[in-house]
Amino acid sequence: MITLAHLLTLSAVLFALSVAGIFLNRKNVLLLLMCIELLLLAANFNFVAFSRHLGQLDGQIFVFFVLTVAAAESAIGLAIMVVLFRERRSINVEELNQLQG
Amino acid sequence: MIGAALPAAMLPSGPLTLAIPEISLACAACLILLCDVYFGAGRRGLTATLTMVALTVGVALTGQYGLTTQRFLLFNGLYVADSLAGFLKMAGFVAMATAIFYSQDYLEQRAMRGGEYYVLCLTALLGIFVLISANSLLTVYLGLELLSLSLYALVAFDRDSGIAAEAAIKYFVLGAIASGVLLYGMSMLYGLTGTLDLDQLSRIVRRGPDAALMIGIAFVVVAIAFKFGAVPFHMWVPDVYQGAPTSVTLYIATVSNLGSFALILRLLTHGLAGAPAIWTQMLMAVAVLSLLVGNLGAIAQTNLKRMLAYSAIANAGFVLLGFATGNNAGYQAALIFTVAYVITTLASFGMILMLSRSGFEHEEIADFKGLATRDPLLAAMMLALMFSTAGVPPFVGFWAKLWIIQALLGGNHVWLATFAVLVSVVGAFYYLRVVWYMYFDSPGDRPVPEARPRMRLILLLNTAAVTLMGLLPNALLSICQRVLP
Repeated sequence: MITLAHLLTLSAVLFALSVAGIFLNRKNVLLLLMCIELLLLAANFNFVAFSRHLGQLDGQIFVFFVLTVAAAESAIGLAIMVVLFRERRSINVEELNQLQG
Repeated sequence: MIGAALPAAMLPSGPLTLAIPEISLACAACLILLCDVYFGAGRRGLTATLTMVALTVGVALTGQYGLTTQRFLLFNGLYVADSLAGFLKMAGFVAMATAIFYSQDYLEQRAMRGGEYYVLCLTALLGIFVLISANSLLTVYLGLELLSLSLYALVAFDRDSGIAAEAAIKYFVLGAIASGVLLYGMSMLYGLTGTLDLDQLSRIVRRGPDAALMIGIAFVVVAIAFKFGAVPFHMWVPDVYQGAPTSVTLYIATVSNLGSFALILRLLTHGLAGAPAIWTQMLMAVAVLSLLVGNLGAIAQTNLKRMLAYSAIANAGFVLLGFATGNNAGYQAALIFTVAYVITTLASFGMILMLSRSGFEHEEIADFKGLATRDPLLAAMMLALMFSTAGVPPFVGFWAKLWIIQALLGGNHVWLATFAVLVSVVGAFYYLRVVWYMYFDSPGDRPVPEARPRMRLILLLNTAAVTLMGLLPNALLSICQRVLP
């Protein structure tokens, strides 16, 4: 039997994985974008789990909105990445160091 | 508390016209985008003019239909219209119009003529408005994302600038993490209370510390601190302020501050009003760190935009201190501080835009050397602005800081008040350094600034407002007390 606790644990693991991915990854901006998607999905998972547990639809409707916004967000993220690549010929995270102080 | 969903209360529903600011902005953004595509290429400046017209129409419509002294809920309780919302939206219109006015020449000279710039500014303002009127976790999230997504695109607007692209990607990644964290916190609040509605949330969350509730609130506070650029989530602020085109920095530093204020007001002081003990503690820690890092970090800067970024971090600390008191006097002081900061910062960045020429960004602090001999009027205005931001009487910045400190003393936070005064004194150093450069350093071969009479007039009016509000502080105080009773 899958209980609420299982679902919440899974979403917490997803959340931790994505945060770890963002901070450990020193190579590629594209991986950052993927981790951000995972982060939003972890929150979505939470919403759906609670929504089912509470027997309401509010949380699941929220998820629709989050999914839509996430799509827009990755579109903008990719666009910025393209601009960055045009300027630098690289999307290496470690080379993002011109602004410091 | 778990699963204690209240039956949907009968909500007093207001007339749809109260949402006129958002409706007019959304229509204007769509129309202006179309006009730009069809007619924009041939006629330069058309989109900017249309944007100004749209903002003026927005102010007129809001003044006529959008203001209310009562509290109305619209759209099944997703949207709230009250006197505070009306005030903040009017401030948003005026601040954005001023920002657009300052930016026009700068954008022209740098061949950033795309009409998307103005449309993105309008959608960002729409996001701020949604945030201001949010009465549900869903509306808070949507408003915040509409604002943030527009800002990411604006920061990267100068496609030929490597540092703008770097600033944009940093802003984007950190901002996306913050919204993910906010969502996670919201999902926990939803799970604990079974509601997304902020009114219901404030009724249900009435218990003391509870581990799950604390984690949920902690996530939300982290996201808010990020949006404010408060320490330890401030890493993006200096990079974005420096890397973005100055006109965009102006927008982020001023107009979007109204959005951050609305975010904390709706989420914490309204939605989580039942558990202030948890979030006031967190806000205090964040505020103290911000004051310290902001003021110390600013001393080391040579770039004015970067210095103002650290100053923004310190000022975010002040606003958060106002909220950390957990009482109404503190919230009012925070509102006054935000308004004062927005007005002063508009002019400070307006000054950088005024002094920049095509091919030359007037953004190093050393560029101000001898400005008093080259252009006494501009130097005098910059003096007033720096004094105001530093908190020297009789400018408005002084009263803003004073009321925050009074609110802290009223809440018996004597140590916090003392600390705030001390770091302000440290902070005065780097503002006065700019003044020192202008008045007591030789200009060298630095050129005389361009005349630009129109922009000079608006800057003068803006600085006059900073001074007048400082001389007659009670007007601002009484307005803020009326809209935030």
